[in-house]
This record gives sequence, C-alpha cells and structure tokens, in this order.
Amino acid sequence: MTADSGKGHNAPEAFLAEKAKFIRLETLRLTRIAGAGHYSSTLSAAELFAALYYAHLRYDPADPKWRDRDRFVLSKGHAAIGLYPVLADLGFFEKALLDNFTRLGSPFGDHPDMKKVPGIDFSSGSLGHGLSVAFGMALAGRMQKRDYRAYCMLGDGELNEGQIWEAAMAAGHYRLQGLIAIVDRNQLSIDGPTEKVMSVEPIEDRFRSFGWDVRRIDGHDLTAIMQTLGSLRPAGDGKPQMIVADTVKGRGVKFMELSLDWHVGNLVGEDYDDAWREIEAGLKPLHKESV
Amino acid sequence: MASSETGQDQSTLFRGNDDELRLKDSASVRGTPAKALPAFILGEELADLADHDERIVVATADLANSSRTRDFAARHPSRFIDFGIAERNMITAAAGMASCGMIPYVASFASFCAIMGAEAIRTDCAYPRMPVRVIGHHSGISMGFYGTSHHSTEDLGMMRTIAELTVVCAADANQLRAILRASVDHPGAMYIRLGRGRDPEVYSEVPVDFRFGKATMLRDGSDLTIIATGSQVHASLVAADALAEHGTAVRVLDMHTIKPLDADAIRAAVHQTGAILTVEEHNIMGGLGSAVAEVLVHEPRVPFRRHGIIDEYALIGPPAALYAHYGLDAAGVAKVARALIQG
Repeated sequence: MTADSGKGHNAPEAFLAEKAKFIRLETLRLTRIAGAGHYSSTLSAAELFAALYYAHLRYDPADPKWRDRDRFVLSKGHAAIGLYPVLADLGFFEKALLDNFTRLGSPFGDHPDMKKVPGIDFSSGSLGHGLSVAFGMALAGRMQKRDYRAYCMLGDGELNEGQIWEAAMAAGHYRLQGLIAIVDRNQLSIDGPTEKVMSVEPIEDRFRSFGWDVRRIDGHDLTAIMQTLGSLRPAGDGKPQMIVADTVKGRGVKFMELSLDWHVGNLVGEDYDDAWREIEAGLKPLHKESV
Repeated sequence: MASSETGQDQSTLFRGNDDELRLKDSASVRGTPAKALPAFILGEELADLADHDERIVVATADLANSSRTRDFAARHPSRFIDFGIAERNMITAAAGMASCGMIPYVASFASFCAIMGAEAIRTDCAYPRMPVRVIGHHSGISMGFYGTSHHSTEDLGMMRTIAELTVVCAADANQLRAILRASVDHPGAMYIRLGRGRDPEVYSEVPVDFRFGKATMLRDGSDLTIIATGSQVHASLVAADALAEHGTAVRVLDMHTIKPLDADAIRAAVHQTGAILTVEEHNIMGGLGSAVAEVLVHEPRVPFRRHGIIDEYALIGPPAALYAHYGLDAAGVAKVARALIQG
C-alpha cells in the first residue's frame, strides 16, 4: 500500500468518498477523450473501487507483479475506465498517460489489457470469464501455499453467462475460501432491467446453493462496504465468499441514474458541465422518481 | 481425485468396437506395444516432467481415464484438478493459474476443448500469452461411431487463425513425449492435438531434434512430397513404401507444427520434388492443406492436392472402417498420390 492509501486515516469514509468522486469525474473526463464510454456501469461501482483499492487490497505499485499481492479481476471489463484513474493515482503508471485514453496505440482501451497496463491482473471484456480466472488464481495460491486472495468484480447481467455457474460450482466444490466475488448489482443490462431481460435473482440463494457464503449490502454505503470487506475470511479451505452490492446504475448523475440510455454514451456541452458539477457536489439521496 | 482402477477400461471403450485395433494388456498395434501408444503415456510423461517442475499442473473435464491423466493424478494428486464436465471453466481457470506462475496442461476431447473452448483459448490463453497447454485428444474422426458431436475436423482451422498460438500434432507416443518436454518452457499458449491414442510407432525413440515449427523429413524422394500431420504420418510412410515398389520416390514430411508453419520445408519440396500432397485427419478446408496452400501461392506452380475430409460430416462407423472409407489409411493415401502424379 502507498502513502495515499486510506488505511490509517482518521475519517476513512470521507477519504474514500473523495476517491469515489475522483473516479466518477475521471470517468467523465476520459469518456470525453474517447468520444464514447461505459458511464453508468462505472458510476455504480465507484464506491466499490475506492474501498477495494484505497483501503483493502494488498498490492505494491512499485512491483505490480509481486507474487503475494491480492489479485483483482474486473470481469465486468467495461468498467475499466473507472479503474485506470485509480491505478494511475496509486502510482502504477504516469497519470499523463491517460490523457491519450483510447487514442491510436494507447495502452488503455475500453476493456483492460494486462499486457499493456501495469496493475491489471488479467485482461477482460468477454463477460462470463472472470470468475473462472479468479478461481484459477485462488487455486494456484493454495497450491503454492501463498495467502493472497483473488477478487472478482462481476456485473449482474453477466450472471446470465453459463460459465459463471461452472466456476461457481467448482469454487464451492473445491472450497476456495480465498476466492471473493463482488457483484455490482446495478439492476440493468443493456436491453433493460435484468429481471425483465433475463432474471438473475435470487442471487443469494442461487450462490448459497452452490456452496458460497453470501452477504448483501448497499454498494454505495462506504461504511457497510468497509465493514464487509474487513470481515472477509482469509484464504484457506472453506466456502468461497460473495458480496452482492446493491447499486444504482449511473449513480451520482441524476439523469443517468437507472436510465437505460447511458450504458454507453458521450456527454457534450452543458450536459457534461452539469454532470461534472453534480458529481463534485457529492452524492445526494437517490432520485426516487428515476427508480 | 484419481478415478478408480476398477471396472472397464474407459480408454479402450472410447475407442469403439474396432476389432483390428482392439487392445489387450499384452497386445500391440501393428508392432507397437500397447504401453508405448500415445493413449498410455500422456499422464505418465507429464508426471515425469512434474517430478522436477513444481509449476506443472494437469486438469481434465471428467475424462481422466480416457486421456490417462489419471496416471498423473496418481503421482501428483495435489496438482491434478478434475473440473467435471465444464471445459470452458477449465481452460479459463488454467489461464488464471498460469498468470500466477503455473504451467497448466488441460485435456479433453478435441471437439470439446478446441471447438467449444475456442473463445477461452483465444481470449484467455493466447491473447494474454498465458502458458496454457490445451491437449485435444481423440481428434478428427477417431471417435468413430460416437458421431459428429464427438468428431473434430475443424479444430486445426479454428486454432490456426488464433494469433500467437502454437498448434502442434503428435504422430505417435515418442513424438508426443518430445512435444511435451519441449512445451514446458515454450512461450505463450499451445494447442496439442492427439489422435485416437492408438497411433503406431513412427519414431523408434524420442526425437531429440524436435523443434516447434521445424518439419521432420522422415524419408526423401524426388517425385512427390507428402506433407502429413498427426495420425496421417504413419499412413503416409506406409503409402510411400508401396509407391516406391512401383518406382515412385516419395519425400515424406512430418509437419507436426501447423503454426508456426515450416514454410522453408514446403518451398524446398516445391523446388526439389515434382508435386505436393497434404494428408490430414481434418477438413481439407482450414487445416494443414490450407496452410500449405497459403505458402504455395507464392511459389512456381506444381501439381498439388489436399487429402482429408472434404467439407462434410463423417459417417457413423468404427474408426478403422471410417479411415478406409475416407482414404485416410495407407491404401487411401497411396491411391490419391498415384492419381496426383499421373495427373
């Protein structure tokens, strides 16, 4: 961990809230450079990214391949735009590199590439693969008698993919306690609410029946996130662990919250400035009318 | 995690009711002792390698008997993973393990690991350059009467279009040993294609000069070059012997590595022999024949023919009967070669 980490801060939640704000603002800035990007599924994960990277995961920016680091697989690779700024902020690479985001030859695409971006533990983009990858990482750790844990952030729509359930079954069977899955339960996939397109609920019951330990929390409540991350058990033999984080797609920008129109988009003109100001002002209670 | 030794031998059952090649413990296939056949050495060779290399892990998808990876499981149980019937999870999880310093060898029927698993091989293994070795056994039509779902006559075509993936076929047990030994520290991902596991001996000992991407000339001649891979190397050698009796001098190249392809050996064959015939247990579209054709378009024109399955789904039948039907045996290869030379 670096000096910029949240650990040891007197008010870690306030520090993490500032980092979540930073992630949202960078998502706006980088999307404008690219001309299009995945806003809303990144905004839903901002608090999760902040808590994981500034207060929880074990890593060393000076040694991105450190063998005992925790692994983080962003299975919902389309939220990489929210992870790159964090890695830059932590010192994995020069912040200025992001100014050329997605331009010809940039290391940074809409989906993350482990060969090009220090700090990315595995490439992703094709949904349904990440839980298998993290399973393999946790299994390798157990074979090598290392105590790192392997984290995987999943989208909720991604749970439609069959391979997720192959990996879920294997993790339960092999009792990989060092495997941690976090579901960004933001309710929407591209074509609409998950429960209309292809229902994923009851997520907790489904994973429990596959042998997982499952907790469900408010994925924007930093106190709850920190408490839950802090209560995770160490790597070892036992149930794989899942956190279902209830979130709001597009959280932090009123006209994006639970809107179907901003999965991929590009803010221009006043819309960009309005969204920027709204994020800078901090999270407001959820806009009920958009639910 | 190893399967029971009791009961019927699955590795025999999955080869079908094929009287010609039915094995008993003491039996042999056309002179090759049973215990020296590819089907029986895969797990053993990997276990030998793992004795000296802690990075090696082996996985299967509920086919530990059929692939004899059970022999690895018996010796290294903590480094053997049975994924159950979940090939995609197996391949992707292997990539995750590889990213943490392991060298996984994952095996299943070629139809399931290569065709079903193609996206996982492309996206999770080849593109991130993970040292995953996917072993597709029972490729081609060697599953016989189990039918098209279990045949794999498209895998070379699919694997060959994946950038940075090494694609290699084993002709017999000794070559398989050489491939496995050379694979351990080879960079990037690899697809290793095995036949039915009953392939008779081509190499009398483990070839010490084996190199990925470097074809092996098994026999020289000036009238025709047969470029064969995998199960068809032995058939082509026997065909070459038959042709020699009638005065035709045949060069036989074992093109074990389909990618990267040994273009130099193909160009030499064009300039030094009169015609080129490719032979593969695969659709003639997309596999070895197509790969060779891609080299030949840049060379002076010579008589050329691709021999294999001609873009169709194979009939139901015992493997030996299918090989005879499709001309994928010595007699069939010799017949096609004669027709090519006689124009």
